[in-house]
Amino acid sequence: MARYDSLLDALGDTPLVRLARLSPSEDVRLWAKLEDRNPTGSIKDRPALAMLEAAERDGRLTPGATILEPTSGNTGIALAMAARLRGYRIICVMPENTSVERRQLLAAYGAEIRFSPAAGGSNQAVAVAKELAEEHPDWVMLYQYGNPANAEAHYSTTGPEILRDLPEITHFVGGLGTTGTLVGVGRYLREHRPGVQVVAAEPRYGELVYGLRNLDEGFVPELYDPEVLTGRYSVGSYDALRRTRQLLTEEGIFAGISTGAVLHAALGVAEKVAGAGESGDVAFVVADGGWKYLSTGAYSGDLTDAAQRLDTQLWA
Amino acid sequence: MAVKVSIPTILRTHTSGEKSVEASGGTLGQVIDDLESRHAGLKARLVKEDALHRFINVYVNDEDVRFSGGLNAEVKDGDNVTILPAVAGG
Repeated sequence: MARYDSLLDALGDTPLVRLARLSPSEDVRLWAKLEDRNPTGSIKDRPALAMLEAAERDGRLTPGATILEPTSGNTGIALAMAARLRGYRIICVMPENTSVERRQLLAAYGAEIRFSPAAGGSNQAVAVAKELAEEHPDWVMLYQYGNPANAEAHYSTTGPEILRDLPEITHFVGGLGTTGTLVGVGRYLREHRPGVQVVAAEPRYGELVYGLRNLDEGFVPELYDPEVLTGRYSVGSYDALRRTRQLLTEEGIFAGISTGAVLHAALGVAEKVAGAGESGDVAFVVADGGWKYLSTGAYSGDLTDAAQRLDTQLWA
Repeated sequence: MAVKVSIPTILRTHTSGEKSVEASGGTLGQVIDDLESRHAGLKARLVKEDALHRFINVYVNDEDVRFSGGLNAEVKDGDNVTILPAVAGG
């Protein structure tokens, strides 16, 4: 049944679609999990709602409270929607080098945005949010990078949906940001499907984003559990963009740019399986649609130029 | 065996500002030792207690070496080795 009491209840149970054209062969099949079909259009609706509800259950989040979150966009947008429905105020700390649509959406939902410097990327957003949290102990930072409810949301929903729809799955490929998706889905799949490969695609940005003052400013999310992963690939703007366009032109899927990076890793994995003469079912995550990136010029014009423009932006 | 190693901004003080340097070795550990012989101080920034520094990621042809043997990861002639500080996503 597709009838719900509220938008929040319409979360999850997203389609898994076979990609006949991009699959290397009849025996090695690619499957896309369309997470843009969530209430605010991204996979982040799952962890956002899970973290919010966990905080309500714990009594950390009480009516009228202020939520604080470091985010490059999607988690903030998801939280802002839920906060509006539940009556919370929300402040998002977001790097200044993010697309204009993300800001517009946050503003439309009534979120307040504090910008962090472009150099250092999301590291700086995390650092600024932690400072603000210390200055305002009454604000509730859900903290997606270390909140177990983030990975748990994927363990209890995304993972089971994938296994239900693709019991023969051999590989799962997802984007690595907070690590919540990969750790949650990966843990579930590995418990229920021994031998499954869990592969991370990590965005590789231009130098600006890695502009830390010293190495100790580096950051590994508290949720990260390398034991769950079997491989991890770094994908640059050019390959991410090339694959994003390919997904649209060959399979009709209009996805965000991080999905191109994930597809790039998924195709690499699938081609390896095909090259070894084996069969496989490779599922990957479409984290969001392309709507929020149209202003970056990602979908038209010269690929090299577009990739260069993207290099200083946080596109995942 | 020659490989190309890309150096992040934060470590270029050891390479006279060079973004990319050549090195040789059959494993990542050997490549780092070779780098150290010409770019003193680099190894101590990359390796702590016989393992890669927690906030350093190294990729051989875009694959994270932590999943292919770490410092023992195989490196072949013509490979691209990329060193990056660990930063947040999401």
